Amino acid sequence: MQSYSEKIKEIAIRLLKDETVEVVFGFREGTLPMASPPFAAKTVEDAEQLTWTSHCCINLANYLMDHKGKVAIFAKGCDCRSIVNHIGEGKVKREDLHIIGVPCKGMVERHTICTLFDDEIDEAVEEDDGTILVRGNGREEKYQKADVMRQCCKVCVHRNPGIYDELAAELVTIPDDIKRYREVEEVEELGVDERWNFFENLVSTCIRCYACRDACPTCYCPTCFVDEAQPQWVGKGDEEPDIMTFHILRAFHTAGRCTDCGACVSSCPMGINMRAFTKKLEKDCLDLWDWESGLTSDVRPALETYQPGDPEDNFK
Amino acid sequence: MRILQIRKTDWAAGLEKSRKDHSLIGPVRERNNTSKFRELEVGEEPDFSITTTTMSPKSVVFPQSEVMFTYTTDKASPECNIMKVPKNDYSPRAIIGIRPFDAAAMNIVKKNFDTPDYRDPYWCDAYEACTFIGLAVTNPDSCDFSTSTNSGPFSTAGLDVLLVDTGDSFLAEVVTEKGASWMRSAGFDTKADHDAEETIATMRKEAEKKITSTVEFDNIDKKETLDLYNENFWESISFPCLNCGTCTYVCPTCWCFDIQDETAHKKGRRMKNWDSCMFPNFTIHTTGHNPRNTKLMRVRQRFMHKLKYHQSKYNQGIMCVGCGRCVTSCPVNIDIREVCKQMNS
Repeated sequence: MQSYSEKIKEIAIRLLKDETVEVVFGFREGTLPMASPPFAAKTVEDAEQLTWTSHCCINLANYLMDHKGKVAIFAKGCDCRSIVNHIGEGKVKREDLHIIGVPCKGMVERHTICTLFDDEIDEAVEEDDGTILVRGNGREEKYQKADVMRQCCKVCVHRNPGIYDELAAELVTIPDDIKRYREVEEVEELGVDERWNFFENLVSTCIRCYACRDACPTCYCPTCFVDEAQPQWVGKGDEEPDIMTFHILRAFHTAGRCTDCGACVSSCPMGINMRAFTKKLEKDCLDLWDWESGLTSDVRPALETYQPGDPEDNFK
Repeated sequence: MRILQIRKTDWAAGLEKSRKDHSLIGPVRERNNTSKFRELEVGEEPDFSITTTTMSPKSVVFPQSEVMFTYTTDKASPECNIMKVPKNDYSPRAIIGIRPFDAAAMNIVKKNFDTPDYRDPYWCDAYEACTFIGLAVTNPDSCDFSTSTNSGPFSTAGLDVLLVDTGDSFLAEVVTEKGASWMRSAGFDTKADHDAEETIATMRKEAEKKITSTVEFDNIDKKETLDLYNENFWESISFPCLNCGTCTYVCPTCWCFDIQDETAHKKGRRMKNWDSCMFPNFTIHTTGHNPRNTKLMRVRQRFMHKLKYHQSKYNQGIMCVGCGRCVTSCPVNIDIREVCKQMNS
């Protein structure tokens, strides 16, 4: 990722120097191994801190909505699709954005490596041969990035940016044998009770910190339904029906709009794969309406419109 | 100092024996490589391989959700709209393997729930039911900075017993009478060798040396509150923040809660639920006005409370025990050690 980082710095410095933009949204090195937090670079010195690693899991499109003025953003394929949605939903204006597309080679969560290594990690080095070398507590392990990358990245068919003003690297080739929905099909094949158990277990560790919602660029309601007080739709405690209501309703609110960027899962302190909900809805949107989120801002998302010819099999 | 020795071969049987007058709570692993403190089932041992549980043991005395009262809104009932305190179980319980930084946090949280003017009966009754059997940290995590925060890997503050793992045995430093009582209940009564105190002292020094992460906050106390409040750095510190509640929920010293009435079919209960200063709802007024309506204000509040206001109010250091949980759990790597450095500089 070193070559990406050099190019990213170079682009950001140029855009700030020639005043194309006031600020560049990217990532910088964090304080922990494999932490790459979002960063807003406003000066050339700031831009020198920008980096690109295999741990840029956060979707930067989430930061655009609070911003006024001209902004540049480094965007992976999924981030670009979220930007397309934001433009379509009137949250940002295309003319305020300078999008630097970053063809994506997949992201790896720190949590995944920490679990595998199961020891204190002093250092994680990404090698050019697609491996991640992890050192800590006097031992080292080598992981194949292809094995440890996020599930959403493994099944991603939109790795290249769909909307951009310039690119930070050459476009990547997307394998043509990706089984996009195998994880969904495995759950679909379960019986009703087993399926319910699957989802119950899935959210059993949820602490309702709402990191998934807050990391999600699609979740931008001024007041989320769980925070409504009059009427109050859902209890605020830690009981399973309330937790389940939150996750299921959130998923449905993102149906047809979620880009499977995986920021929700990557942000979860309890390691919950809430994509199990959203990926199913993504598959349904594709199967029923031939709809994929974030590819165009000119057509309303699947669940926002009704056409007389729409299939009705989903009404039960 | 009274030190007893517990051979590991006697450990499990002792734990079970102590169940006759104590329930047992300890660290356990959960799904997705997470961990927490919960009641141990019969025969289940606390998992001492976990140094810092994902969730702190604060929930032992301050559950995420707790029923304060129950009530009926049925006008036909003579008890209509009368708040009734539920009969909670406050029988003795031993918290096995709580780490010194988490025990230190209990002392901090106590300042909020048990004051000369107010006593939160739910927190205090649960707290008083606990015997804290601590486990010294011999292999600190890299984000542990507890030596900077009036705690440390072998600190006995807030503990009734401190266990030190010496390989085949635990050395048990009995700190309080409550601790002695649990030790008797478990049948642990073997006096340690005469050099036990020295062994603990040596191991403590070794553990403290392994903690290389430090924070300094002496200047923060000297600085004017408004000067810190108006610093420019809050913008860059708060930029990545998602305003989720992770840092506050994993924190052993965050004590804020919300009160909610849940009513259905004329039956109701008043709940005490964890709340977070990171949430916009935390400060919103009934008028709709929100005095902390930006991310920057909320992030600043959290760090000012931890590192400035707490010291200003109580003059007992910062409201942080250096466990490092917020550092490792924050989805965008906002690091309290770095914030502290900026505030202190």
